[in-house]
Amino acid sequence: MKCEDVSKELIAYLDRRSNSAEREEVEAHLIECAACRGRAEEFRKLWNVLDEAPLVEPSLSFDAKVRQRIAAEPRPSWFRWLVPQPRLAFSMALLVALSIWLARLPQENMATVAPNEQQQFEMIKDLGVLENYEVLTKFDALSELPPPAAKPATDQDEQKPDGGA
Amino acid sequence: MVRTDVQLMLDVKGGDDSSFDLLLVKYRRPLVNFLFRMVRDTATAEDLAQEVFLRVYRARKQYSPSAKFTTWIFRIATNLALNSLRDNRHRQLDVSIDEPAQEDEAPLQVPAREMRIDDQMVERDRAEFIRRAIAALPEKQRVAVLLHKYEEMDYSDIAKILECSESALKSLLFRAYETLRVRLAPLVTQPAAGRAEERRPS
Repeated sequence: MKCEDVSKELIAYLDRRSNSAEREEVEAHLIECAACRGRAEEFRKLWNVLDEAPLVEPSLSFDAKVRQRIAAEPRPSWFRWLVPQPRLAFSMALLVALSIWLARLPQENMATVAPNEQQQFEMIKDLGVLENYEVLTKFDALSELPPPAAKPATDQDEQKPDGGA
Repeated sequence: MVRTDVQLMLDVKGGDDSSFDLLLVKYRRPLVNFLFRMVRDTATAEDLAQEVFLRVYRARKQYSPSAKFTTWIFRIATNLALNSLRDNRHRQLDVSIDEPAQEDEAPLQVPAREMRIDDQMVERDRAEFIRRAIAALPEKQRVAVLLHKYEEMDYSDIAKILECSESALKSLLFRAYETLRVRLAPLVTQPAAGRAEERRPS
């Protein structure tokens, strides 16, 4: 047995808790190794020194305080099963909130879809006008016309191309 | 017939509060001392010991004798002590159970080995020297030493409390006692006058 192996078993050997095989191994090493023998002797002395650490006594009111704290504990009562447990209450609240949210979800979708359909309807209704506008804006012959006279544009003038189409 | 701790606790579970009083009388002193050596403050130690008994009482309905009562109650005490120590460090960096204790007191001044301890050194000073040497151990080593030396618990029970193997516990104890042997060298080599003969051999 080496010194590092003895270190693991030395405490158990000194407090007589090692088995016979371990004890024999440690004893054999201690006979050979003066350093470990010296350390073992100092450990024995150390334990005597540690015994000098004074004990503290619990205060006279210790028991009374414990009993007081126990008395302050909530006692189980017959109607306690009626009171929901915090976790259960939280789970139920979460479930209700989720249900409400899910129930409202389709209505919100309908609300967002409705304007889109309305816009599409308006677009289809004005499709003919839009097509005419596109033809006129790309009509090359119009670019050869002289620029309009410098007079303020009126609503009537602005409506002319549409009216002409 | 003397009832075992487990029997007493089972009686408490059955509604017999007088059995709890017997456990209280039996364990209040070792618990207060263990906690005092852990947290180094008598008021805190008493408060934590009361908390240990309160938790034992609260857990009475769920109690099953799967482990020794001593192991169970000291495990509760150890956890409370370690939490208290961490809380008192004012939310410093996370402290591991294996890290050395952060002493807020002056560093322990270990006299040189060859320095002769004054024969007139009062017991109180020696006790304070010992107390501070133990307090300066890393928390896990401190728990191991306190349960091994002062509570004389089995290795298997201490290992359960510290959640480590028995082999790891033996190494831990060796390191702890080796540290104490060096720190308390002046006392080890110079026992207190008039006390050397009184002390029982360990």
